[in-house]
Amino acid sequence: MKNTALTETHKALGAKIVPFAGYNMPVSYDGVNLEHETVRKGVGVFDVSHMGEFLIEGPKALELIQKVSSNDASKLTIGKAQYSCLPNETGGIVDDLIIYRIKEETYLLVVNASNIEKDWAHISKYNETLGADLRNISDDYSLLAIQGPKAVAAMQSLTSVDLSQIKFYNFVVADFAGIDYVIISATGYTGSGGFEVYCKNNEVQQIWEKVLEAGEGFGIKPIGLAARDTLRLEMGYCLYGNDIDETTSPIEAGLGWITKFNKDFVNAENLAKEKERGPERKLVGFQLEDRGIPRQGYDIVDGQGRKIGSVTSGTMSPSLGKGIGLGYVPLIFSETGSKLHIQIRKNAVPATVVRLPFYKSQ
Amino acid sequence: MNIPPELKYTKDHEWVRIEDNVATVGITDFAQGELGDIVYVEVETLDETLDREEVFGTVEAVKTVSDLFQPLSGEIIAFNESLEDEPEKVNSDPYGEGWMVKIRLSEPSEIEDLLSAGDYKELIGA
Repeated sequence: MKNTALTETHKALGAKIVPFAGYNMPVSYDGVNLEHETVRKGVGVFDVSHMGEFLIEGPKALELIQKVSSNDASKLTIGKAQYSCLPNETGGIVDDLIIYRIKEETYLLVVNASNIEKDWAHISKYNETLGADLRNISDDYSLLAIQGPKAVAAMQSLTSVDLSQIKFYNFVVADFAGIDYVIISATGYTGSGGFEVYCKNNEVQQIWEKVLEAGEGFGIKPIGLAARDTLRLEMGYCLYGNDIDETTSPIEAGLGWITKFNKDFVNAENLAKEKERGPERKLVGFQLEDRGIPRQGYDIVDGQGRKIGSVTSGTMSPSLGKGIGLGYVPLIFSETGSKLHIQIRKNAVPATVVRLPFYKSQ
Repeated sequence: MNIPPELKYTKDHEWVRIEDNVATVGITDFAQGELGDIVYVEVETLDETLDREEVFGTVEAVKTVSDLFQPLSGEIIAFNESLEDEPEKVNSDPYGEGWMVKIRLSEPSEIEDLLSAGDYKELIGA
């Protein structure tokens, strides 16, 4: 099990540490509900240094990225980031990721920790004929996510750039917390705004401390992975391994918006056909109409109790106080307002398909 | 770690308070701390008579679902329905307002098999 550069710091803060994707990660510090609310209403900081980072450089960089990813990376100008996925050859997804254009011919790919080796092998395979400069810098870089409506105000004193001017999915390379070159990116996995900050491992302790110090007057708290999951699920964001995997297509997962057929990419032809004829099932968000909590793996059943799908993610929404979840259902059950049931132990609990996100930020 | 000396305990991290022939049952301070924020307590066995170690309900934290086991045989004569709206009482007051069920005992001799506070303390290494 690997540690992040901050694992000991988390332990000293009293975090509950769990193994996750090969890393000892803080799952919570003060309680999930409090941490969740802190991000929704104030500002919180997450150590998500387990995430993987690849650098792709050189004249063939864009061509390689265009081949392996589903979104159109030619749209990226320097200073912009893009959500995308790596389709596999058989209709599913190798991983979802964010692609940053750092320089003219330099791109940063940020991938899921649990998929670092798999993604590396997959991208390397398509790079054999192209020969772009590909580097796995995951073990050298740390990532902090500073999230919440007060993130801009709380962090402004740490940098010379005007944080309020960084638009969603844009980033700058600038000074931050006394470190000269840090990527400050207006991205995140919470739906409450804020930044993600990429730095070297030997810089992250200083940044972590200064972030907590600068945020003190704003009530900043360290936030663990459990709240990260409830926050992302309230937004309906997919989690790889739960809601998307090697067997789910980007079309049925509702990721058609990052699947662009104006370019060639892995399995594009089949995915284009699927998009044209329409998928057989769709990933939907549902809300329970009665007490209970949907959990990953529970059956989704129809009014007669017949299984029509499975829950891929589920939780008690801290913001809504209701059970919410995601799952794949046949098309006829996928419209907003459709009635489903979630089999929770002995009970088929009524649920309704709702439009995502579950939680709308103010 | 709060382990009241007057209560009895199980290896499943439940506490039991015996009054006459009725046992009040909840989960221990240690258990609530390990589970983290409790978000749901489900008991659908009210009025049912269950054997010792049968599942009488479920307690759910944000990330986990745990069965609740009958510490003693008997009929479930009360469920703390306030937990339906305020499951967080299990965290804030596990031995008081966070109680879960009351059981009318059918085999009172089973009480002898429960753990003392000292035994339980040893079990969790507190």
